[in-house]
Amino acid sequence: MKLDQSRAPVFEALKQYRENRIVSFDVPGHKQGKGNPELTEFLGQQCMSVDVNSMKPLDNLCHPVSVIKEAEELMADAFGAEHAFFMVNGTSSSVQAMVMSVCKRGDKIIMPRNVHRSSINALIVCGAVPVYVNPGVNKQLGIPLGMSVESVKRAIKLNPDAKAIIVNNPTYYGVCSNLREIVKVAHEAGMKVLVDEAHGTHFYFGDYMPLSAMSVGADMSAVSMHKTGGSLTQSSALLLGKGISEGYVRQIINLTQTTSASYLLMSSLDISRKNLALNGRRIFERVTELASYGIKEINKLGGLYAFSRELINGDDIFDFDPTKISVHTRDIGLAGIEVYDILRDRYDIQIEFGDIGNILAIVSVGDKVLKIERLISALYEVKRLYSKDSAGMLDHEYIEPVVMCSPQDAFYAKKKQLPLRETLGKICAEFVMCYPPGIPILAPGELITKDAIEYITYAKAKGCNLTGAEDINTEKINIMI
Amino acid sequence: MEMWYTEEQTNNVRFSIRCDKQKYSAQSDYQRIEIFSTPEFGDVLVLDDRIMLTQKDEFIYHEMITHVPMAVNPDIKRVLVIGAGDGGTVRELVKYKTIEKIDMVEIDRMVVDACKEFLPTVACKLDEPRVHVYIDDGLRFVRKVENEYDLIIVDSTDPFGPGEGLFTTEFYGNCFKALTAEGILVNQHESPFYNGYAKAMKQAHRKILQFFPFCKVYQAHIPTYPSGHWLFGFASKKFHPTNDLDEGRWNRLSIDTDYYNTRLHKGAFALPTYVTKQLREGEITE
Repeated sequence: MKLDQSRAPVFEALKQYRENRIVSFDVPGHKQGKGNPELTEFLGQQCMSVDVNSMKPLDNLCHPVSVIKEAEELMADAFGAEHAFFMVNGTSSSVQAMVMSVCKRGDKIIMPRNVHRSSINALIVCGAVPVYVNPGVNKQLGIPLGMSVESVKRAIKLNPDAKAIIVNNPTYYGVCSNLREIVKVAHEAGMKVLVDEAHGTHFYFGDYMPLSAMSVGADMSAVSMHKTGGSLTQSSALLLGKGISEGYVRQIINLTQTTSASYLLMSSLDISRKNLALNGRRIFERVTELASYGIKEINKLGGLYAFSRELINGDDIFDFDPTKISVHTRDIGLAGIEVYDILRDRYDIQIEFGDIGNILAIVSVGDKVLKIERLISALYEVKRLYSKDSAGMLDHEYIEPVVMCSPQDAFYAKKKQLPLRETLGKICAEFVMCYPPGIPILAPGELITKDAIEYITYAKAKGCNLTGAEDINTEKINIMI
Repeated sequence: MEMWYTEEQTNNVRFSIRCDKQKYSAQSDYQRIEIFSTPEFGDVLVLDDRIMLTQKDEFIYHEMITHVPMAVNPDIKRVLVIGAGDGGTVRELVKYKTIEKIDMVEIDRMVVDACKEFLPTVACKLDEPRVHVYIDDGLRFVRKVENEYDLIIVDSTDPFGPGEGLFTTEFYGNCFKALTAEGILVNQHESPFYNGYAKAMKQAHRKILQFFPFCKVYQAHIPTYPSGHWLFGFASKKFHPTNDLDEGRWNRLSIDTDYYNTRLHKGAFALPTYVTKQLREGEITE
């Protein structure tokens, strides 16, 4: 890092603004909270007084020239990127900006099928066509892994005209692909590498972390500062590597970005970046310690399997995020979502998600050992009190997609709703997914298979929150006609 | 110069004690620890701005948290005490020659050390051979233990700090598992009077109720705790706290006490109506 990372230009400008006691005849209409006393009491005067609009001393996110520009430069410096954009519409918007910056209608883009819905959403908007690489699958755990370098090479060979490759770094379970090698083969073939680092902010700051996108020369990366970096929910950053036009990417971002970017979100990005740059190493050393303690203790119990770096195989599990507590629950006869529900309803413990066979607990900047102890102890109790026979439980998370047409064509096609059980063999015209984690079970343009119907029915019965379909109860599915 | 210690018992209520001098003040990894000497209450231990004990009234708390379960089952051999870094609970327990082992688990070593040095009338029995002091998180300690103790005493701070984990479902469940078939769990159960404490009390009751067939609450008057009206929880796998009390047997032990006696034992379980109502509300939410 070359710049003075103890600076936080947006934060400093906001403090200055507050001290100047400006009389405002602009938006927002609550005028430093005075117009909304109940909200001000709830969120606090301090918070409301800096919920302000773009103005000269505070810069403008759509066209930054002063404090936001400086803050973005500091962000880029901290992450080892050529340029960084503050993003205020979630990492979803960062992912979409990446895709739309390198693909146009009809262009091919290579991606693993276990991407977040935001990637496929981008394809619906811009009309690019996905070429899916099947991720590896761990048979014991039933989970999708990273992409093997061989499978990426094969996809490149079969689709030499593809424009880019998307890589998850890591997947939501914590699995990393061999990013350095993928960047190399992609660049040799003239393709851009876009990295979804929604769960990888800490890779840039901790020691002994998996490789980060910018460190291996990837072209763009979407990092979710709010997930593990400590900024406010919905704040995110888009990083650019060498040779990507900052101006063009800003144009793409401005196609869909709000013109009233929140200064609460931007100041949270600024302050979090400063904290990570100055203290990140120590913070993530502590986080890693806490997580590995949790993993070790959970595994002592037997029955529950907290999986981590022992899975590393040099290929589709090239590396593993050491700050995650991912636990396989099927062997105690409970679906991950059931454990997730028990933890919340019975023990007041909220974890990140539970799916069919696993739960995921995220350990980050804000955690303390006494809280980890609560999670461990509660899992001990869940096993003691709730475990069942595991016969008859569904054993896989990943369903191989059969792509019939592009997501955009399917989404905008003539379609009708059919009850789920009558959709076998039809082409799906919408998303169906459990949220979290938000990885589509079916995406627009995919064949509805027996596997998919079975999975959706099972996930519903176990209490997963199914989203994406036009029918909010996911009883009917839109199919192409 | 006048010096007063003032505690905000709620946002709207203050309680003050005149102090002579401050004897100890330190910040540990978990909390702020202070010991004052006062003309009215003798030495006072304060953790994170809450009075934990005063020399003048600590006997009430420590006798009630120990002798009630010991009188219900004088055959108790193995005891686990969680929290209790001041040593007062252990001081009462060692009065029973029949207890074979007392394990005390306190998270904060600095509390134990400070009390040994500055509160010698309270922390006076921690070096007895039957007593083993472990510096550890109570929740962590108890989850590793199964069918081991006849009595667990939870002598904790309030559930708004390092004591939080000791008011959770996972803690009570793990205590149940750590107890023998005759096991009793007694806990510091907060107060019914001010809202914040009453809420913690109801939640604790609701959580304990899931595990134990007998769950009763008893009370004592502790002048320096908020409102002075304080509760203890009695949960047991086998014993009813008053029906199974053999008064004669306990009295023949000739244990020396200043607050506890077996007539008071029975009375302590007779709760005011507003407290019973609150406890019932907790049960219904479940």
